[in-house]
Amino acid sequence: MRHAVTLLYAAAAALCAVALCATLWRGLDEPGIAAAFGCVIAVGEFARVRLPEADGGSRTVGPLGIAGALGYALLGEAGGEPTSHGVLQTVAVTVVASLCGLAPHVARGQPPPVDHSVRAVLGVGFAATCFQPLYNSGWLAGAFAPGPGYVLCLLGITLLTGACDALLTAALSAARAGWPFGPLLRDELRARLGIVPAIAATGAVIALAVAVAGLWALPVFCVPLLLTQFSFRRYASVRATYRQTIASLARATEVAGHTPQGHARRVARLSRAVGRELGLREPELTVLEYAALMHDIGQLSLVDPVPGGATQPLAPQEQRRIALLGGAVVRQTGVAPEVAVVVERQADPYREQPVAARVIRVVNAYEDLLARRPAERSAAGFPGVAPALDRLREDTERDYEPRVVEALARVVHGG
Amino acid sequence: MHGGGARLTRAARVTLACAVCAAVACAASTPGGPGGLRGVEWGVLLPLAALYALCEYAPRCPLLGPRVPGNVGAFFPVLLTAAVLLPPAAAALTPVPGALVGRARAHHPVARRVWHAAQLALAAWAAARVHGALSGQLADGAPLAFPAALPPAVAAALTLCAVTTALDGCMLVAAERCPPRLAWRGQFARSAGPHLAHGLAGLMMAVLWRSPYGPVAALLVLLPMYICCWVFAQYHRERAAHRATVRALVQAVDIKDRYTRGHSERVGRASALIARELGMDEARTEALRFAGILHDVGKLGVPTRLLRKEGPLTAEERRVIQLHPEYGNEMVRGIGFLGEARAAILHHHERMDGTGYPYGLSGSEIPPFARVVAVADAFDAMTSTRSYSRARPVGAALVELDRCAGSQFDPDVVRALRRALDREGWSPAATADLTEALEGPYGGSGGVGGGVRAASEPVP
Repeated sequence: MRHAVTLLYAAAAALCAVALCATLWRGLDEPGIAAAFGCVIAVGEFARVRLPEADGGSRTVGPLGIAGALGYALLGEAGGEPTSHGVLQTVAVTVVASLCGLAPHVARGQPPPVDHSVRAVLGVGFAATCFQPLYNSGWLAGAFAPGPGYVLCLLGITLLTGACDALLTAALSAARAGWPFGPLLRDELRARLGIVPAIAATGAVIALAVAVAGLWALPVFCVPLLLTQFSFRRYASVRATYRQTIASLARATEVAGHTPQGHARRVARLSRAVGRELGLREPELTVLEYAALMHDIGQLSLVDPVPGGATQPLAPQEQRRIALLGGAVVRQTGVAPEVAVVVERQADPYREQPVAARVIRVVNAYEDLLARRPAERSAAGFPGVAPALDRLREDTERDYEPRVVEALARVVHGG
Repeated sequence: MHGGGARLTRAARVTLACAVCAAVACAASTPGGPGGLRGVEWGVLLPLAALYALCEYAPRCPLLGPRVPGNVGAFFPVLLTAAVLLPPAAAALTPVPGALVGRARAHHPVARRVWHAAQLALAAWAAARVHGALSGQLADGAPLAFPAALPPAVAAALTLCAVTTALDGCMLVAAERCPPRLAWRGQFARSAGPHLAHGLAGLMMAVLWRSPYGPVAALLVLLPMYICCWVFAQYHRERAAHRATVRALVQAVDIKDRYTRGHSERVGRASALIARELGMDEARTEALRFAGILHDVGKLGVPTRLLRKEGPLTAEERRVIQLHPEYGNEMVRGIGFLGEARAAILHHHERMDGTGYPYGLSGSEIPPFARVVAVADAFDAMTSTRSYSRARPVGAALVELDRCAGSQFDPDVVRALRRALDREGWSPAATADLTEALEGPYGGSGGVGGGVRAASEPVP
């Protein structure tokens, strides 16, 4: 699978090289228009926003740069005059402008978003290849004289480009992580349901607006979008606040001496892995992770900490009371209500629980068994991983769902 | 009107009625003759009104609701397109159906919708009026040309913004008895940016509408603009997220120890009082409110038995309790937006003479936030009933604070507290929920109510 990545990179590099050479050889057609679109793309790329991700990493988004490049790829007329830039000039202008926009970030030591650039080059190449020959040959003007048909045609091309981009992203991550391609593609398409139509429409509108009103349309339409992209930082900050709050609450039980150091984080990491093994989708994995981080909050209500943070020995009503109090705290954090439900239902028999709560119950018990001191563990009869799993398998009547225990076993033995 | 389950105030009803009358008058008038809506392009008005209704209705629709980002606020680009393309009377009609079917908050939904419709109708009418005056008589169907079309569109957007914020302020004064000096503060500056952006988008829509590509092309503008509206609405979500954080931490402390919660709320309130008296701006006052509410979050690290112990503590037990500022700092150190408030959590037990804990800082080494929270904390500790001591009257507590000013407390802060209490009084009763403590009385959804106790009145 590894060579899929190499192949895509090579294709993008070849396209860039051909486009740049051809454009240098022939010179720019309509340099004013090229410069204006280049500015939009460069500014859009410069103003990329970094978003924290659920798995602790981050990705950057900059829809304006892509929309500007799409607009240039789909540009037929400009202010009523026909244009003649072809596919190769479109790609060349996009590449040079994105490099200009990204250069300051790379100079400040941030890693260059190579994947993103590769996808952008291939995507713009695709859109331009769909549109420019049709336009330059005059077929498009003949088939749909300026009117609604032309608009829908542009929108169709941009949407198709968005779908191809999702395909590329899924292929890249499948090749990297070795996960199956199908579910990744489904996750990608679902995650882009909102943003792809918006970017597609923006690209089409840029092309149409320049066709009608000339280059004036670029600042008029792009300034609001640029402002939006800047305020997108707010969205990033909201997400960061949620994550920080959850991390802080996860630390609270440790500070209070209810759970061992790092317990919540270990349970969260392992739960995520088990959830993935069970085939949960990304949003469900996020709920699972958040709930795992905060699953012990209710123990703060105990006057005396339970040794090792394991609530198993407590009476069922007491366990349920702790779970409900924990859920009440989680509700206040403003995260999705599903997370609070998972925390609240921790003490129920597994058949009545949401899947995430079953995973957390199993992983938590496994962690508790392993967290005991080695001497204690051998005295109790489970010195290692396999006996701990066996111990969980004994209790699949009420507490531990067999499917989850087996998924845990696969994760533990596989990693 | 924004208040809890209370009835609408008389002033609110009068304001509402006036707005509706004015809106009806606007929609019925046409400059240049009593022709009503004769000669209006229905082919433009009806699609725009339908579009606006769709935008407002989408978050309510059971089919679309979950997929549409909610809370985008009023969808202004469509209104501004109407202001550019239509005469004032028709522009005033555009938002009405949408406002009537849109989402409204639980209390007084009908009154809210009617108010929303009247407010937007007036704003759209004014915007169209301004646009018409600046662009001359735009002949029906004439193409809009850049850059001449730009200044009138910008003026229309600013007019829309001014009228909506002015009316919002009026209703805040009428329904919530918010003091006029607070009602309009900062509102226009905050919303002018988004309105300008929406104005340009509305202009773009109008240009495409009149172009050979027609309304279909104009519709495409809406998708990116919908995202814009959603992003601009994040300002409110950001504040909501901050409050949620504080609320969750308070709730965590609450399930451990019930007393701490009421105390935290009151210290937050007193800290904000002092902050305002010291002339701090809105953002720092809010940060100090958070600092006051969270100052004892480190009590989470202290064993519950110790917190509930009645009677004197041993030296060892006191040492354990004195660790709580450091526990608190450890807990919230990852929370970025708390900023200066974290210093207050760590240092609120320092004393001016350097004999406090945890670090024994003295005088100006102590962060200003910590000095404020220290006074607020001591004040509430004296004026509320604890397991081991009865509450003292506010006056006696202030005398005690004065006595310790200089050695334990910052004298400036103590004076500020005294001035603030003289003016606003102090109610030691904890609020029913944290909302009011977090948002302050005019924060938007907390009602203002309950008698404010005179400063010298003894506490029961």
